[in-house]
Amino acid sequence: MAKKTPEINATSTADIAFLLLVFFLAATTMNVDSGLRRKLPPFQPDNTEAPKYAKHNILRVLVNRDNMLSINDEVADVSTLKDRTVEFIQNRGNRSDMPDKSVKTIELFGPVEVSKGIVSLQSDKGTSYEMYIAVQDQLTAAYNEMRNAKANEKWGKDYKELDVEQQKAVNAVIPVAISEAEPKSIGGKK
Amino acid sequence: MAKFKKDEKRDTPAISTASLPDIIFMLLFFFMVSTTMREVTVMVDNTMPQATETVKLEKKSLVSNIYVGKPVGQYQATYGTEPKIQLNDRFAVLTEIQAFVIAEQEARPEEDRNSIVNNLKVDNDVTMGNITDLKQELRKANSLLVNYGAGRKATQR
Repeated sequence: MAKKTPEINATSTADIAFLLLVFFLAATTMNVDSGLRRKLPPFQPDNTEAPKYAKHNILRVLVNRDNMLSINDEVADVSTLKDRTVEFIQNRGNRSDMPDKSVKTIELFGPVEVSKGIVSLQSDKGTSYEMYIAVQDQLTAAYNEMRNAKANEKWGKDYKELDVEQQKAVNAVIPVAISEAEPKSIGGKK
Repeated sequence: MAKFKKDEKRDTPAISTASLPDIIFMLLFFFMVSTTMREVTVMVDNTMPQATETVKLEKKSLVSNIYVGKPVGQYQATYGTEPKIQLNDRFAVLTEIQAFVIAEQEARPEEDRNSIVNNLKVDNDVTMGNITDLKQELRKANSLLVNYGAGRKATQR
């Protein structure tokens, strides 16, 4: 005579699952890391001389310890930095006090004009990190805007929607040139 | 002819709870997939700045976190209120950065060592002096990819 196995009581499965759920809720975090990506220049010993660039090729951005910004020796507001950078790097009017352009042959584009403009960013030791990120954000926005415009002009799509090859080509046409000078310590505040 | 007859005395049947575990399991799996393990206890103030052009860090395994900020309440008696660097679970000084970078590299397979991103999670109130020194150390250690940690701000258009 076959004996029927009694059914296992499954009421507590829910409790076990709840327990696991609570454990995972407590032990894990949800936030995804995000931020501004940059590549630092390789370390240079102190005695190496900095490469020289013509003055009109450089956009001098200074942030002092009171978190004030100056663009090419004029006090300016952070919100104007993006447009100033775009205007400077592109130099649509081919003005002599703005960057030169060199013609380079780039894959997918053919010969194109590449701006020689460089953004030179200098911060003080007393500059707050918040301000620094605001400045970096504006500069990134400027470059993203130019790349988007280029991508739209060539392929009618935003930069983000291009494939890897196309993005590389756009990167070559509009290279991010942000140079960071060694920080100055003015006023001795750290 | 159908008759609609109402029982005079009928109890409401008990709601079946058989599917309850399934629902909870579903929730469980959702949380297991969408969250990450908390690895370190942050011992410094860490209100990160906001930026509009942030990008997400794609590969979690290639990220090495460096926290900078003022020590939180309970550590202030020992470590003061000046901004400090936190590596893993302890406070560190600048000179330890290079050793930390090497340790982080050795913890990863050889082919990944050049693509480690140093995620700088810096508090709003830290001044650039600290950050520049830190960046200098990273350059000396030849670990050049950095990510300035920032939250995402809604784009103003």
